[in-house]
Amino acid sequence: MPNLRFTEKALSDWMRSDAADSEIVISSRVRIARNLQHVPFPMLASNEQSEEVLNKLSEVLQYDDVHAFGDFHTLDLIDIDDLDKRVLVEKHLISPSLANESRNGAVILSEDESVSIMINEEDHLRIQCLYPGFQVKEAWEKASAIDDAFEAHVDYAFDDRRGYLTSCPTNVGTGVRASVMMHLPALVMTQQIGRILTAVSQVGLTVRGIYGEGSEAMGNLFQISNQITLGQTEQEVIENLHGVVLQMIGHERTARERLITDSRLRITDRVMRSYGILSHAAVVDSKEAAQRLSDVRLGVDLGLLDGLSITVMNELNVMTQPGFLQKTFGEDMRTDERDIYRAQLIRDTINAAKQS
Amino acid sequence: MLCQECNKRPATLHFTKIVNGEKTEFHICESCAREKGEMIPGTAGGFSIHNLLSGLLDFDPAGKSGSAGTPPAKALQCEECGMTYSQFSKIGRFGCSSCYKYFDSRLDPLFKRVHGSTSHVGKVPARAGGRIKVKRQIADLKRELQESITQEEFEEAAQIRDQIRELEKGIAQE
Ligand SMILES: [Zn+2]
Ligand SMILES: [Zn+2]
Repeated sequence: MPNLRFTEKALSDWMRSDAADSEIVISSRVRIARNLQHVPFPMLASNEQSEEVLNKLSEVLQYDDVHAFGDFHTLDLIDIDDLDKRVLVEKHLISPSLANESRNGAVILSEDESVSIMINEEDHLRIQCLYPGFQVKEAWEKASAIDDAFEAHVDYAFDDRRGYLTSCPTNVGTGVRASVMMHLPALVMTQQIGRILTAVSQVGLTVRGIYGEGSEAMGNLFQISNQITLGQTEQEVIENLHGVVLQMIGHERTARERLITDSRLRITDRVMRSYGILSHAAVVDSKEAAQRLSDVRLGVDLGLLDGLSITVMNELNVMTQPGFLQKTFGEDMRTDERDIYRAQLIRDTINAAKQS
Repeated sequence: MLCQECNKRPATLHFTKIVNGEKTEFHICESCAREKGEMIPGTAGGFSIHNLLSGLLDFDPAGKSGSAGTPPAKALQCEECGMTYSQFSKIGRFGCSSCYKYFDSRLDPLFKRVHGSTSHVGKVPARAGGRIKVKRQIADLKRELQESITQEEFEEAAQIRDQIRELEKGIAQE
């Protein structure tokens, strides 16, 4: 029986702590891609080969130097049903491609879910560290230390000139992808976001927003990550991302201050309307939920609302996703039913938080 | 800004490619990204750039005949996993680590476009990496040597030269 407590709670333990700049940066993540020598990449590996990779990499966990990073639980993807896989994806603990396409795929999770090690995804090994708030350097240091511990026991595919060899040419070299998830409502409201995102993409970083039909990102959430993995050291990549995000935090803060001085009434009205809808509505679709939760989150940050914490807002971001709703209320759910349950769940969570 | 695929919807996904040091931007809408089967909203994966990549890989910088001593792309095949260069250019992914060796003659332009660079300067595996570290050290010292010769600091140059010889001897003995 697989250990499925990982899909029962919306919020990983690592998300519960107070972290630096967490009113703007939701989380920081570093992922390192590695492959074993002399075994085809997962896409071409035979069933036996991918099984061998899984066994070899799972064995590494038994060594003390790896164990030092915490108690790990290995989940074979084959033992996990589709809904639980979806919840793991919504919690960012596994990638969609590991959930859908992997052969002999597995994920190794640390007790607090801050470390997630994917096996037989696009590459044999992907070490991921997730931290709350703006802690991209901390995430890199931990991921790199775990990488060292693995490397002490297995031979990686590495080339003098090209570095760590990966399945996709976009990861070769360092194999490192560092990203931060940012909540930037004030930059969106003041229409500065386009200019800033263009500038960001010009310094080797990629921005992903989750967009609805209009030009507004769903929930004003943006993921900033490095695009270059060859020709820059890991430190340069992390420093570059760190520096750019720091500037963006500054811009968002300034925009928030300006909003509150110049248009306090308008912003208060917007926050309160969204709060009113979320605490009373009977039907809320996912797009509206993302938008209203963003407003309320901003209200919490600006001190316009008491009783709600950033942690509760983080929790709601995960809980309102389709997979998690089905996990909580039952699997056979139509979209319109989901919108009813979503509304109920948000109401209950907000009211409970207000009373405690 | 309109999506460059459909020219209808606003472009909401933006990528930057570096081509010979020059930056090129791609702008595409969510529907077009989703149509390509790469976009799963609300998840970690998001849009992957394999489609755009394979567009880049089709490009044959040395001309179709492989004039400048480069073998024609069609003839390239990885002897370890069997992947051909043409398969690679369609999928945008390598089959195994040896593909890097067999496709090597074609990879510099690709890496220049994607990363603006062709060689790794980052972390090196500790166990296998001793030799690589020494090689890098030698390369650094050679630059220093050049510098001190230009500055006419010959005493220092001689010292650096001895250091290089010592390191080179070390590698040769392994
Ligand atoms: Zn389009
Ligand atoms: Zn190959």
